Formats: sequence, C-alpha cells, structure tokens
Amino acid sequence: MFDYTVRRLLIAVPTLVIISLVIFLVLSLAPNDPMAQVPMTVPPEVKEKMREALGLGQPLYVQFWKWLVQFFWIEPQVFIDHYFGTQFAEGKLRVISWQTRAPVMDTVVERLPQTLWVVGMSYVVAIAISIPIGIYSAYKQYSVFDQAGTFITMVGYSIPPFFTGPLVIVIFAVNLEWFPSTYDTLHKVVDWDSFVIQMRQMVLPVMVLAIQGTAQISRYMRSAILDNLNQDYVRTARAKGLSESIVILVHVLRNSMIPVVTVIALNLPLIFGGAIITEQVFKVNGIGQQLILAIYANDLPTIQTLTFIFAFLIVGMNLIADVLYAILDPRIRYE
Amino acid sequence: MGSERKPIVKMDGLKVVFQTKLGSVTGVEDLSFSIFPGETVCLVGESGSGKSVSSLALMRLIEYDGGNIESGKVLFSSESMSDKDLIKENQNDMRNIRGNEIGMIFQEPMTALNPVFTISRQLTEGLRVHKGLSKDAAQKEALELLKKVRIPEPERRLNQFPHQLSGGMRQRIVIAMALACEPKLLIADEPTTALDVTIQAEILSLLNRLKKETGAAVLFITHDMSVVAQIADRVVVMYHGKKVEEGDVYKIFNNPEQDYTKKLLSSVPKLGAMVGKKFPEAMKLDISQDADPIPIKGTNEPLLEVRNLTTRFPVTGGILRKKVANLHAVEDVSFTLNKGQTFSLVGESGCGKTTVARSILRLEEAMSGQVLMNGVDVLKQSNAEMLKQRLNMQMVFQDPYGSLNPVMQLFDQVAEPLLNFKMAKGEDLNKRVANLFDRVRLPQSFLTRYPHELSGGQRQRVAIARAIALNPKLVILDEAVSALDVSVQASVLNLLLELQVELGLSYLFVSHDMAVVERVSHFIGVMYLGRMVEIGDRKAIFENPSHPYTKALMKAVPVADPKKRNKIDDLKFKPISSPIHPLEHIPDPSAYSEIKRGHFVLKNELGYS
Repeated sequence: MFDYTVRRLLIAVPTLVIISLVIFLVLSLAPNDPMAQVPMTVPPEVKEKMREALGLGQPLYVQFWKWLVQFFWIEPQVFIDHYFGTQFAEGKLRVISWQTRAPVMDTVVERLPQTLWVVGMSYVVAIAISIPIGIYSAYKQYSVFDQAGTFITMVGYSIPPFFTGPLVIVIFAVNLEWFPSTYDTLHKVVDWDSFVIQMRQMVLPVMVLAIQGTAQISRYMRSAILDNLNQDYVRTARAKGLSESIVILVHVLRNSMIPVVTVIALNLPLIFGGAIITEQVFKVNGIGQQLILAIYANDLPTIQTLTFIFAFLIVGMNLIADVLYAILDPRIRYE
Repeated sequence: MGSERKPIVKMDGLKVVFQTKLGSVTGVEDLSFSIFPGETVCLVGESGSGKSVSSLALMRLIEYDGGNIESGKVLFSSESMSDKDLIKENQNDMRNIRGNEIGMIFQEPMTALNPVFTISRQLTEGLRVHKGLSKDAAQKEALELLKKVRIPEPERRLNQFPHQLSGGMRQRIVIAMALACEPKLLIADEPTTALDVTIQAEILSLLNRLKKETGAAVLFITHDMSVVAQIADRVVVMYHGKKVEEGDVYKIFNNPEQDYTKKLLSSVPKLGAMVGKKFPEAMKLDISQDADPIPIKGTNEPLLEVRNLTTRFPVTGGILRKKVANLHAVEDVSFTLNKGQTFSLVGESGCGKTTVARSILRLEEAMSGQVLMNGVDVLKQSNAEMLKQRLNMQMVFQDPYGSLNPVMQLFDQVAEPLLNFKMAKGEDLNKRVANLFDRVRLPQSFLTRYPHELSGGQRQRVAIARAIALNPKLVILDEAVSALDVSVQASVLNLLLELQVELGLSYLFVSHDMAVVERVSHFIGVMYLGRMVEIGDRKAIFENPSHPYTKALMKAVPVADPKKRNKIDDLKFKPISSPIHPLEHIPDPSAYSEIKRGHFVLKNELGYS
C-alpha cells in the first residue's frame, strides 16, 4: 500500500513538469503581444525596454526555467513566510501578472475560496443525489423510475452549463424571484441571517453545476451496480439469508464504488471547467473568472499559472482516485 | 422409523419459466423428487438441463435471476416446521430458511466470495443474522468452522481476503459458510467442477465426512457421472428441464432404463478403458455401431522436439517495480512429438503445461532451450521466418466463448488465416472454407452465422476448422475439450482423432483430465511445479505410474463406478510449494532415471513424496 502510494506520487512529479512545459510552449506559440494594451503614445524604444523588463527578449528555455523557479521554489517560500513569519522569499522575484503588475498567486489566493465553495458544494450535492438514484434505478432496472431517471440524466448530461445557467436565472431569479441572480463575493457570514443569504446566493450556481455532475455520476453508479448485481457473490450473500438491504447496500455497493470513486475523482476537474463558465454567468469572482480576464488581456504569466493549477488539480485528483481505489479494492492493495 | 422416513424436501410438479425477449422459456417442467435425511441426491444433466434452475427454485433464489415459479410445491420439513411449502413463503420468511435451514455451495469458488471483504466477515455474517451471535462469539465460531473444513492455518485465514487463497481453499470457505448454521439440507451446485482432480477428491471426501458428522442431507448437482458414482445415494437424471430417470445409484449405473441415461454413461471417458490397446482410437458412441474403430498408429519420425525448455516470468516489487524474483513457470522440460501422433501434457493448474504450449508457439518468450520443428529451432527464428513457421503450428484454446470474435461471421473467422497467408481467394476461398465446415461436421448454413448463435461444442468445431485451415503439421490443443459437456466432449474428441488420421496431424494435447488423456495419447508427460516429473508412452504412465505425484493424480481421478469409491478419507494436505524463487536461485537441471525403455521418472526433489 505504501509502495503503491509512493510510486504514484513519484510518477506525478514528471507528469506535472511535462504538463507545465506543454502549457508554456503552447502559450508561447500564441500570436499575441503583451504590449498591445500599452497606449500608442509610448515610444517604441520604451516599449522595447518594457519588453526586456518582462523578460521577453530571452530565449524560451530561460523563460521556462525562470517560471519553474518562481512557481515551484519562490512561491512556496512566500507561502511559508506568510504563515510562519519567516523571510525566505525576501526580495525574490515572484510570478507577476502583466495585467495588474501584482503577484499572480496573491490574486489566486484571494479568489480560490469562492471557486472552491461553489464547485465543492455542487459536487457534494451531485454525489449525494446521484448515488441513491443510481442504486435505485439499477435495482429496479427498466422500471418507471429507471426510465424517467435515464431520460432526465440524458437531458442533464447533454445541456451545457452556459445554457442551464441563464435558464435557471430566468426561472428562479427573474420570474419567481426566489434567489439572487448574482453571487456577491464580498458578503461575509457573521450570523444566522447572513449565513442564510450566503446559502441563497449559492443555490443557483451550485444547482447548475450539480445538474451536470449528477447526470454523469448516477449513470456510472447505475451501470456499476448492474455489473455487480449479476455476480456470483451476490447470490452467495442471498443464499446466506441476508436481507436485501445488506446485500445491496453493503456487498454490492462496496464493490460498485470501486469504479465510481475513480469517476468521481476524475470528473472533478471537468466541473472546474464548467465552473469557468458558470462563474462568468453568475458573476462569481473565482479563479475561473480570473482566467477569462487574463485571456482577454494576453496576461501570459497568469494564464500559465492558472492553467497549471488546473492541471495540478487534475493530477492530484488522479492520485487521490488511485489511492482510494487501492483502499476500496484489496486486490490492488497487495499487488 | 416412520418419522425418520419423512423427506426433508418433497418437490412436486415444479415448473419454472423465464421471460425473455423472444417470449417465455421453460427452464424446468414437472419436476418431482424427494430428499430424505442423511442422504445424497445427485441431480445430473448436461448444461441447460435445468439442474441449477431447480436448486435455485428450491432456495427461491431463481426469482432474482429472472425466473418465475409457475406451479408446483416444495414441501420442506425440519424440527421447526413440517411440510411448509417454500413456494408460498414470502422472501422475508425465506431469509430465515436460507443459510439457516438450507445451505448452498456454488460452482465458482473464485467468484462466489465477495472480493472486498475478509473471510472472517463473510463467515460471521450468516451466524450473526441467524443465531444472533455477538461479533466475538461469531468470530470464535468462524474459527471452529474453518477447522471443521480442514483449512491449513485457520487463524491466519480469518483476516485474509479471498484473492489471497487458492481455489481449493476458497471452496472450503464457501462450504464453511454454507455449514455455518448447521443446515438440514446442503445444496452443492457443481462444487468441484472448477477444481483440479486432487482438490476435487479432497472436497468430495470432505463433503462425505461432513454429511456423516452433521447428518445433513445433500443435494448434489453435477454434470460429471464419475463424481456421481463417487458421492450419490440416489440419482435424478435431467434432460431439457425434465426428469428422465430417477433411482438408486447402483441401479442407474448398472441398469439404466432410459436411452438418454445410457448415452450419458457411454460418453463418459473411463479411466482404464484403453488398457491392452497399443494405440489411441475413437470412442464408440453409438452402441449399435458395428465396425471397431481403427487404431491410430502415427509414425516414429519426430516432428517437434523440445529440449531443456525454460520459461520464467519476472516478479516485480518495491517502489520502482524492480525485478525482485522469478516465477519458474517451466523448468528444463524436454520431450518429443512424432508425426501423426499425440503427446499429452497433464498436470494441475499452475503446473506450467499451458506455458510450455505457449512457449512453443512463441506466444511467451522462452528463456532458454530449443524447440525443434522438423529440425529447425523455432526459438531462434527471426520474426519473418516465424510468421512462415506459424503455417505449420496452430492452436485450439480452452474457452470456445472467448476464442472466437463475437462480431465476425464464422466464414470470415475460418477464412482469416487463409487470407493472412494469401493461400486462397475468391471462389477458391469459399470452397475451401465450406470444405472445412464439412470436415468438422458443421452445416453450411452456419457460414453466415455469428458465434453467439452456436453452442459450446459447435463453437469449438469452428475453432478446430480455423486451426486446420492452413493444413498445419502440429496442432496444440490447450484444454480444448475441458469446457464441453460429456456427450459433446466425446464427439469433439472423436472428430479430433478422425482428423488426425485423415490429415496426419500431430497433436500436443494439454489437459488435466486423465481419462481424456488416456483416450487420445501415444505419449504422456506429467508436469508438476514446472518440471516434467514423468514421461513415457501411455501404457507405461497409466499401467505403471512411478512418480509419487503421478500416483496421487491417478488415485484422485473419480471412477465412474459406484462400487469403486475413492477412500481418501484421511486428507493429506499438500500445498504446492511456490514456484517463485529469488533472482540468484539457480535450479538444478532435471535428472531422470529410466525405469523401462522410454519411461523416465524425475529424480529431483520437488517437495512431493
């Protein structure tokens, strides 16, 4: 088990380095000019100097190396300094946004909690709804519940968040006026009333993201349960005289969770992708919105850093999926 | 006496129907029989005869598999109930009977246990539900049960997971689970079919002993008449969902009334049936057949010579998955196969017989040794040369379901090798494939069908047609008839023998079934732990088995005669020692003593004596 986890961790390191290189190369191919936003009145010599100051004159590998050092070496130091009051990063150059001239990570740290709140909550909701739906529709295969569930999940699966987003705004915010259409990131939770307001403003973005997640996970859950219901061990369990609830919710569920956990972990990054759009729709000041703004402004360091953070999340989720897989399945554990 | 003769189960006019897309299909019809206390009743029949369906119906588990009990009664009696009709019970009440009054053992020990729970957890579940034991008490009881089924190191087994145990041990666990609440009736659905012969013998004697100790009645389901002869008191023969014949085991074997029973008995390959015959010959399936089958002589010219073949697989471990040990699958194996003859490799699962076959075809990379095909070393040939060589060597695999492509028509599957080697095209190809179908006795209308439309035996015939399409010299038959029903098995064996005569084929026959091997072989090699422990002609091996392992193997084979029951009541546990050795381990070369001309016995110590 330990070997297994360590091996997975070791594989993750080169994976991440290669991903960051690919992101870097792709971005450097992009035909854009970070000076495009600078006013026309600035003379060309000055622009050239600005370019050099941004490090653009240097060869690509030097630029990549500098980004690597800044992101993996200096930024963690800043992090440590912040929490322990040490001075490791004193005077060292951090990853600076071309757009705001401020360190990228500062903005990320400000915005990440909003994203995590909305995305995380939507995923918890999706899992909590989809697992029972999946179990029940598999157990009652081809029943009315199963047919209806299949239809609804197909619809949920095929309609993208940029459509469901405005749709729920029209229905629940404009017509019914139950929930606010925008998300106020400055809102602070101090007491019960403000907590209720926070919950109310989260309902619509969480709903939009959860629709997609629920559709996917419940489909996987259903097929995993169906696969296992035909297994011999289920018959053995019934032959022992165990009740149906134990047969299904203990024996079958535990085995069915093995593939589903992987799907849950691997789909989380997709939800982040959906969050980029959903954040735009509901005006959530999350990192998804930050990424969109950076793309508009040709802010390469920010794009590079954010894209890499998404990649990091994907690899991290993969790792968690692998470890969970091993915990659930003893056959993997002892390999 | 009167109360004692009251049956535990009295089944009366049972009818089970399955709803399918094509309408309803009757699984079992008008089935009636009784089981008395302390008696073993065998339900015998070929696949699809409804024997499993009727046992599942008795447990009322058939409803979960889509079956519907349309009519009939199953009266169950025990201390707590008398003549209770199980068909009328609801599932909740059935739960108190299942596992408590009736225990069940299933065919596949590999899949019958839940892979994610420990043995202890799966053993204690039933005890806690039915006997209301606490966790600790149930644990103690579970340990007792494991001792009862004679598992080595029972304490350690409790915390293990199913995949860490061998097939035989898993089947013991399943038996322990079925016995947990001391049921009055034990249903065993093909409990030994998936096991090796020596393990089968152990499990059968275990069941016999447990039956005596607990006084439980046993309903034993099998397709194997030899097993029936070993264990049954009474036999119920089934065919197409109906009872054909019922009677005392001696009566069924000595005096069968129905033609189907006679046919079933005549197609059982019997060990010792070939005594006194020098060469293999086809089985007489039709009793009215006059002409004696022709013995297959073959030639004494060698076709395939295997010299010191060694195949090892790396075992990896640690964080970096380095090679930490070797699995010695095949260790210094040598033998010769003559043109037109059959050499059989026998042994139990994991002994390396299939790896030998695969190494010869270079489906596995051998580590060292020579495989001479007509004097040319196959292992040293380049890929291009090897491709040509494959024209001469073909293989038929065990599982006729997995070895045919489900999305290709049968014509295309048989034509494929011919097209690959550009041997035929157009009208010529059609003719040749049609000819091959005739050869293996398949109707031409099957040419355009798909594998799922065929039965197991028919599929295996397609696989044979595909193997002989290229006119190979050598055909490797890897357990080619093991997955088939006896009557089908017999006819496929006869087909193989017939083809051998007509086409002058040489067979390398890989099998664990001693009776089948006796029928087809000229020469036999017995394998154990990757080594050839004994090698010789059929007469030498079967009439004078000399290595202790060969002897044990012969003794374990069930004899299809209820008067000759195996008496292996004292179980000797011989867990096979591991074939995994550290990297630096250099095994001794195989050394043989020749006890008679051409009959060799291994001298090396393998931990089996």
